[in-house]
Amino acid sequence: MTDISMDTVAGAVPRPRRDIGLKRRYAAERRFRIYGMLAISVGLIFLAIMLFSIVSKGYTAFWQTTVSLPINFDEKILDPDNKRATDPSVLISANYPKLAENALVAKLGINPDDKVTIRKLKGFLSDGARTQLRDVVAADPSVIGTTRNVDILAAANLDSAFKGQIDLNVDEARRKVSDQQVIWMKQLTTDGSMAERFNTGLFTFGASSRPETSGMGVAIIGSFYMMVIVLLLALPIGVAASIYLEEFAKKGRLTDLIEVNINNLAAVPSIVFGLLGLSVFINFLGLPRSAAFVGGLVLTLMTLPTIIIATRAALAAVPPSIRSAALGLGASKMQMVFQHILPLAAPGILTGTIIGLARALGETAPLLLIGMVAFVANYPTTPFEPATALPVQIYMWANEAERAFVERMSGAIIILLIFLMAMNITAIVLRRRFERRW
Amino acid sequence: MNIMTEKALESAVSDKMSGTPNEIIKMRGNKVGVFYGEKQALFDVDLDVRENQVTALIGPSGCGKSTFLRCLNRMNDTIDSARVTGKITLDNEDIYDKNIDVVELRARVGMVFQKPNPFPKSIYENVAYGPRIHGLAKKKSDMDHVVETSLKKAGLFNEVKDRLLEPGTGLSGGQQQRLCIARAIAVSPEVILMDEPCSALDPIATARVEELIDELRQNYTIVIVTHSMQQAARVSQRTAMFHLGYLVEEGATDKMFTNPDDKRTQDYITGRFG
Ligand SMILES: Nc1ncnc2c1ncn2[C@@H]1O[C@H](COP(=O)(O)OP(=O)(O)OP(=O)(O)O)[C@@H](O)[C@H]1O
Ligand SMILES: [Mg+2]
Repeated sequence: MTDISMDTVAGAVPRPRRDIGLKRRYAAERRFRIYGMLAISVGLIFLAIMLFSIVSKGYTAFWQTTVSLPINFDEKILDPDNKRATDPSVLISANYPKLAENALVAKLGINPDDKVTIRKLKGFLSDGARTQLRDVVAADPSVIGTTRNVDILAAANLDSAFKGQIDLNVDEARRKVSDQQVIWMKQLTTDGSMAERFNTGLFTFGASSRPETSGMGVAIIGSFYMMVIVLLLALPIGVAASIYLEEFAKKGRLTDLIEVNINNLAAVPSIVFGLLGLSVFINFLGLPRSAAFVGGLVLTLMTLPTIIIATRAALAAVPPSIRSAALGLGASKMQMVFQHILPLAAPGILTGTIIGLARALGETAPLLLIGMVAFVANYPTTPFEPATALPVQIYMWANEAERAFVERMSGAIIILLIFLMAMNITAIVLRRRFERRW
Repeated sequence: MNIMTEKALESAVSDKMSGTPNEIIKMRGNKVGVFYGEKQALFDVDLDVRENQVTALIGPSGCGKSTFLRCLNRMNDTIDSARVTGKITLDNEDIYDKNIDVVELRARVGMVFQKPNPFPKSIYENVAYGPRIHGLAKKKSDMDHVVETSLKKAGLFNEVKDRLLEPGTGLSGGQQQRLCIARAIAVSPEVILMDEPCSALDPIATARVEELIDELRQNYTIVIVTHSMQQAARVSQRTAMFHLGYLVEEGATDKMFTNPDDKRTQDYITGRFG
């Protein structure tokens, strides 16, 4: 206050300024802001570290080394006695790896009679070549007797070596790829037949003891079944329960008790739900073990409280004036709820549901208890067949020693995080889009 | 605005038509009491509401005007703790009787609230909602007609006729309140209850709503709660004065504003308390 205009306040003497503690108050506010920013920074730093470590370990999982080989589907190897017309099992148990080996031997220019050298090829190509080639023949039997180019999976160790994850300066005896294999690898790389390709197998394969042929296919299907079951059960049950509690039930001791219990259930550790599922659904009701159906039921129980709490909050947030308006016009309670309250609460309900689903998607402990931690190689065609789930798959790979499995685990974590992020973004977008101001 | 010179009051009162001679009792409260939990908010109120007249309820804040109003269409039922004693009749039928359905009652006794509360739907839907749930207009053309006449009666049609499909919440406060009135009359109620309908409105919007009330009186019976003495004087034929949960006095508006029997009414009207 330096420039007091003299012409307007001629008579007024400036009042002495009171000390109302402005300095102190602003200092407090500044301090609080700094605390807040610190808190957020710490959170962000940890998030960044976590994401960095996962992504840097896991991004290579999305690439898989393959060797492109002209495979000669030799009838003499596949079906030496020419019985396949009468006995289909011939083509199932045929010696497919031999085809791949022959092709590789030819490609590398090794003398086919040099058994010693050929033996060193062992562990170069994945044993998955068997299924790969069998699938080619099954899809098109006329391929027998002809030659076709197939991208054969490299074995896990070669894959690691190709990605530069194995230290080649280590003494040969102490690493998993031999010098000879490294030479071959370089030879195949220069002629362009050995290369990294997008790892579709990570998304399609089931469980396998070999890293290069194991994938999350079964886990994705299992998780998908469970999400559908949770959505179909928890949403209608949760919404119906909330509407009844919030709009119809007479408030009293009983509703208070129910409310306390629901809030408690939301805080119960998920492993308890797993135990419940084990004893009730599997031991008592006799539902199958390891099945996505039981997993879905357990996750439904776990998600219900979240949905109920979110729905009740959304219903309660609808202003009473809307209720009065509807009732004042002579709407029945049912009409009021379903024609006015529920549509207005829908975004909140959806947000709560998606967050509940996201939590269920990442839940592991209860699924371990109901046996979803299983070696499932084949796709479950129904939710009643054995399956695994995304987080359980991560858990199982985390328990493997091999480097290639750890890589896949990180890849799976990235995929799970992407799913979760997509769900949470959907929730936020929904909330933004339908947010109402009264 | 409770303060008002007696002269201004008198002129306001004499400006308007005095009550019609054929006075039919539309609704009657007999020893009406209301409890909120243990606490009694209304004591032994005997009050008649005459057909095709405007009855104003006045009194200091918290004296039970809204409480009484809500009894008339049983909106108190929606408050868990509320309990009503005594008897209220509509056309000589007890509205709290077992065989009176509350939904039907509210279709006959409509309500306009203090704060405009349009549904967050289109203007058209706001007005059409009541007739639709009561099955009053089956065909689309009938519904269009109901919506249009209701909006016209509420004096809103010309302002909104080009944007019937826009949300009702996008209107100004005064327009919203008239929309709520249109919504209430679309159901063709016999009685319309209004709880301080102008408290959120500016003087111009207030004047329009008051004009509207005067017009509506031809076809409807109206009970209005107001804190404005001028408003009570301008729009009502009968006035009831409440104090601390009791009905102090009830009579023709002219008489109440010029020569009340009770000292408290006198004091309240002239702004000496409340
Ligand atoms: N839902 C309720 N629960 C409990 N007490 C209530 C409730 N509604 C009103 N009351 C009490 O009943 C008494 C009368 O309230 P009411 O709302 O009828 O007053 P009013 O005359 O409309 O006042 P105002 O002019 O301020 O609107 C008050 O003491 C109030 O506290
Ligand atoms: Mg009130």
